[in-house]
Amino acid sequence: MGGIHPKENKFSAGKKIIVAELPKQVVIPLSHYIGTPSEAVVKKGDLVKAGQLIGKANGFISANVHASVSGKVSKVDVQLDATGYRRPAVFIDVEGDEWLEGIDCCSELIRECTLSTEEIKKRIQDAGIVGLGGATFPAHVKLSPPPGKKADCLIINAVECESYLTNDHALMLEKGEEIMVGIGITMKVLDVKKAYIGIENNKPDAIDHLGKLAKNYPGVEIVPLKVRYPQGGEKQLIDAIIRRQVPSGRIPIEVGAVVQNVGTIFAIYEAVQKNKPMVERVITVTGKSAPNPGNYWVRVGTMLAEVAEVSGGVPADTGKIVGGGPMMGRSFMTLDIPTAKGSAGILYIKREEALRKPIKNCIRCTKCVTVCPMGLEPFLLMNQSERNMWPEMEANRTMDCIECGSCSYTCPSNRPLLDYIRFGKTTVGGIIRNRVTVKK
Amino acid sequence: MPRLYSFFCPFLINIKMNIIVIALITLGVIAAVSAVILFFVAKKFHVFEDPRIDEVEEALPAANCGGCGFPGCRGFANACVSADSLEKLNCPVGGNETMKKVADILGKVAVETAPTVAVVRCGGTCDHRPRTSDYDGVKHCFIAHNLYSGESGCSYGCLGLGDCEVSCEFDAIHINPVSKLPEVDEEKCTSCGACVKACPKLLIELRKKGPKSRRIYVSCRNEERGPIAKKNCEVSCIACGKCEKVCPHEAITISNNLAFIHDDKCKLCRKCVEVCPTNAIVELNFPPRKVKMEEPLTPKVELVS
Repeated sequence: MGGIHPKENKFSAGKKIIVAELPKQVVIPLSHYIGTPSEAVVKKGDLVKAGQLIGKANGFISANVHASVSGKVSKVDVQLDATGYRRPAVFIDVEGDEWLEGIDCCSELIRECTLSTEEIKKRIQDAGIVGLGGATFPAHVKLSPPPGKKADCLIINAVECESYLTNDHALMLEKGEEIMVGIGITMKVLDVKKAYIGIENNKPDAIDHLGKLAKNYPGVEIVPLKVRYPQGGEKQLIDAIIRRQVPSGRIPIEVGAVVQNVGTIFAIYEAVQKNKPMVERVITVTGKSAPNPGNYWVRVGTMLAEVAEVSGGVPADTGKIVGGGPMMGRSFMTLDIPTAKGSAGILYIKREEALRKPIKNCIRCTKCVTVCPMGLEPFLLMNQSERNMWPEMEANRTMDCIECGSCSYTCPSNRPLLDYIRFGKTTVGGIIRNRVTVKK
Repeated sequence: MPRLYSFFCPFLINIKMNIIVIALITLGVIAAVSAVILFFVAKKFHVFEDPRIDEVEEALPAANCGGCGFPGCRGFANACVSADSLEKLNCPVGGNETMKKVADILGKVAVETAPTVAVVRCGGTCDHRPRTSDYDGVKHCFIAHNLYSGESGCSYGCLGLGDCEVSCEFDAIHINPVSKLPEVDEEKCTSCGACVKACPKLLIELRKKGPKSRRIYVSCRNEERGPIAKKNCEVSCIACGKCEKVCPHEAITISNNLAFIHDDKCKLCRKCVEVCPTNAIVELNFPPRKVKMEEPLTPKVELVS
């Protein structure tokens, strides 16, 4: 239901992924977007090899952190991240490119996987794999359904519904075989017989390529989808492909589906078949004014300023630089922050287009209600948020909001709907959490 | 309808029945019957309220600000009447005067509390704390706070978007457009606590007003290490410890790289203000210090033969 179709602007589509040069220093964040930060297991002066564990997961919803380069640890200190706060990180001065023993660095395809389900899950957990769809949720948690719940199908999210971003597209074209093997491994872990790969039909080359490969993998079906934002949202994708709706407040496993991003699947292949932890990813550098829109393999911890340099530098008329897509990406306050596992793109927006327009009154046109993919009433939620009406917001299911931004995009009065709804979500979320603690 | 009336009032048969008269009589009857029913219902379902609640409510300032912790002045009056003692009950707007009146009405003892006032614990003006980014979103502190740390390098500092100003019902706090920090009008501040709750960075504190409205406090909430704090704001607390050492009344404690002056122990001697290397400690409403006049230097005269 709902959704919008912003201009796709996929300037970097079909471009071969360029391997970015190794930087002189990397700063690897120990904290993640979701969950508890990891604990450093190295200290100043330690020599590390690429792929070596430098941060241990702290708790169930946390992930291991590995060195993405070889070199010497110069310090374990705080580093500014995209939110403007300084958080613990490991600083490594790069020396050479030596990988830890046991990691297979060659690019030969390995099809067979003889490991048991438990061994595969352990490798995924040890490799620190987090979802590369944007939320960076630890993969081993998603692949371990709670007792009593079983998945009956795996859904691969290759939709890439955000405008401008093309990293998943490029990955599918270049690493199609590896992705297929990865899907097979994930199906084994979940014990499912069917997998669907959802791809929007603005990527016909990827649909063809994977379609041909899927013939050798029984149970894997390519599902071409109409282009619509936010079809890449988990719940939206499940509805689009297998026509099941996840009930309000619940997670996909309740309807028997597990969704994984195609980039995460590739990382699972590397972790299980090559013993390689998650230390690099594809980043799209793009924008109407970008000198060389393209996709780059970047090691985690590389400063974003360096990635921008590699791709031709920041254009002069840039008003905002957004991390990710234009809908859900967060504007950067500086490029002196490191690439995290979840960084998907650097988007340059021209000054004229970047500034917000003046806010006008709500005219009750209900365009926002029509586009909301979760069936909410954004104009009402913003109204209630302005008046601090928290119980009413909870009753109107504000916690179901996936923060896609379709409402703010469509509003003819330029009302900042999502900002106020997010404010409501934070406050109501806090109230709900306090309720649970008191009950105990 | 006319038939009904003609049954009861035969003399009306001959007069042409005017619709207006019918309407008037009908409504009049309904009104009279309803009035009688309501009278009896009101008597039967009357809620007994202690008449003292009304008296106490009269004595309160009628600001309905919630500063006492109860829903409005009536809620507070209710609490006062039903409580055993007035110990934990205090109206910050009315102060000790009002509590004395309430105590007299109820025959209880009013507990004197020291008056408090709101204090903004951030000194990061545009001069002291350079801005490193330009926030273009909704001008609302909580929304900006939800998005990122703020326009400067100090993630604890005031965002300057005025949630505190909007929350104040007494017009007592305003954002200074030059310094972009909130300023409290002591005469108007009733210490109700609305601004304390409104600030997402927890910068505002209710502190003792002090004798002659004098108070001393650390105007910083930065918990990062000294060098990092100082780099982002000239007047930040760097937790050097000088204030803690010099305080003769043990009123200052340092934890999480931040000094805090406890107002129950502070005797306003101002020694900490003198030693603070970054001027993070602020003294309010004190007379200017006497500057020691230096002896004029006698110039050395060279003897010329």
